[in-house]
Amino acid sequence: MTNIISISGLGKAYASGHVALHSVDLDIREGEIFALLGPNGAGKTTLISIICGIVSPTSGQVLVNGRDIIREYRHTRTDIGLVPQELYTDAFEPVISTVRFTRGLFGKPRDDAYIEKLLRDLSLWDKRDAKILELSGGMKRRVMIAKALSHEPRVLFLDEPTAGVDVELRKDMWAMVRDLRDTGVTIILTTHYIEEAEEMADRVGVINNGRLMLVDEKEALMRKLGTKTLTLHLDQPLGAIPDALSRWDLTLGGGGSDLNYRFDAKTDESGVPTLIAALGQAGIGYHDISTRESSLEDIFVGLVHSQDGGQEAKA
Amino acid sequence: MSGRMNWRGIAAIYRFELHRFGRTFWTSLMTPVITTSLYFIVFGSAIGSRMTEIDGIPYAAFIVPGLIMLSMFQESIFNASFGIYMPKWTGTIYELLSAPLSSLETVIAYVGAAASKSMMIGLVIFATAHLFVDVSVAHPLAMLGFMALIAISFCMFGFILGVWAQNFEQLQVVPLLVIMPMTFLGGAFYSVSMLPEPWRTITLFNPVIYLISGFRWTFFGKGDVAIGYSLAFVAVLLIVCMAAIGWVFKTGYRLKK
Ligand SMILES: Nc1ncnc2c1ncn2[C@@H]1O[C@H](COP(=O)(O)OP(=O)(O)O)[C@@H](O)[C@H]1O
Ligand SMILES: [Mg+2]
Repeated sequence: MTNIISISGLGKAYASGHVALHSVDLDIREGEIFALLGPNGAGKTTLISIICGIVSPTSGQVLVNGRDIIREYRHTRTDIGLVPQELYTDAFEPVISTVRFTRGLFGKPRDDAYIEKLLRDLSLWDKRDAKILELSGGMKRRVMIAKALSHEPRVLFLDEPTAGVDVELRKDMWAMVRDLRDTGVTIILTTHYIEEAEEMADRVGVINNGRLMLVDEKEALMRKLGTKTLTLHLDQPLGAIPDALSRWDLTLGGGGSDLNYRFDAKTDESGVPTLIAALGQAGIGYHDISTRESSLEDIFVGLVHSQDGGQEAKA
Repeated sequence: MSGRMNWRGIAAIYRFELHRFGRTFWTSLMTPVITTSLYFIVFGSAIGSRMTEIDGIPYAAFIVPGLIMLSMFQESIFNASFGIYMPKWTGTIYELLSAPLSSLETVIAYVGAAASKSMMIGLVIFATAHLFVDVSVAHPLAMLGFMALIAISFCMFGFILGVWAQNFEQLQVVPLLVIMPMTFLGGAFYSVSMLPEPWRTITLFNPVIYLISGFRWTFFGKGDVAIGYSLAFVAVLLIVCMAAIGWVFKTGYRLKK
């Protein structure tokens, strides 16, 4: 698979002195959905903004389709569409004019048929003559997407596409992103919702404090770092973990009435049968058992904590 | 820089800006028409009845070039600064910065649109003046050329102001505190030769005097200073503004972080 974007040693220190990115290396493959996952302030927007030409890098290099984003910006920017995190719009412009405007800005000749299809696909056609200020937040975001796609880019950046968007719209957005990917557009989205990365992405990159901590296939990531949690719903709440059970990595939940056991799902030696046996010996009764696979969230929390603790997380 | 000029991008911004002006078309045109009329009533009639001629030119006709310049200075700075300040303020600047558009193209588009509007306003004022006074133009082509150069230089200045400004107050303070007084003291309503020393010499340090004098020359074939000085001054103004804009973009000053 070819890399549509190739980032090497990318660093950014803002004028304030704040270092938002520390030497980031990352390759994005053509045609994939890549999720850049990280908490607020991690440097996601900074990274995207550099690739799109909005923020100047302090060090490093970015190639889009093999071309340098600074020396050959005309080519690289033509290939890219951006939906920023905030809803920045010209309030008084009608929907269709603002979309046509962007197409022109990117140097493409007017194409009414394409714009009509785009607006229809985004359910904006009926609103094409409405002024942007008359639209709801969700509709405004669609307008931003229409603008970003107006010049038929090969790469689409979506910066926190579903932040502050209701569940229904979020589902719509996900469906739309998949449809787009099926047309061959490479999609890079940032999010701080694990759920979103898990749901959407082919690959995930985790970023924190300006450092890319790991990049992997979502499935592999889940397998590699996946743990399971076994929860036993106890008959009698416990005040503390009995000494007899100290061999296992146990925690109490639900006010002492849930006993949680976290174990590595990959190994054959899960320790579950011996734990169950030990519970019987200790006379601890339970009326229900459930297990849960760890989500990206668990992985993520683990990574962020290990970094905050001063350790480098190894992927 | 790579590739050819992005003329479609320039045209998109140009149309967008003219469309923005179009939304306030009547107020944009009525304001200079009404102000000009007021100036004629106050200066032309009241003062003109006492001061009939300057340098052999009827007073009411004498003030026409100054009035046009005054409005064009203000409109150029205001429209061009607003044009680039608005995207900064609303955040839509992200789109300009991420478009395959060179700084030269951005300037051509914004300054071109604002200068076009200034030219229109200048010509409307000229037409309005005709309602009050019979004024003929000695060098019509030179007059149009001069207007265009003035519009372009002041729009470039406005563009820089818009890039620099971080709030609406800063946007308004420069035209109000700098341009307005300089124009009034720059011989818009009198001839420098009428001033006693040392004011006469001091006035010659006001750059606006050279612009108004040059523009007046295109009307009456004479000005406060020789036309050569005026042309040289316009050239310097243009070059300084272009250099400043080049610097602004080279450093990404206040547009890119
Ligand atoms: N213009 C700026 N000047 C100084 N610091 C900034 C600027 N923009 C962002 N930052 C800082 O850089 C860090 C990364 O910000 P950002 O890229 O927006 O993170 P994210 O998108 O992951 O939330 C944050 O600590 C933020 O405060
Ligand atoms: Mg962000």
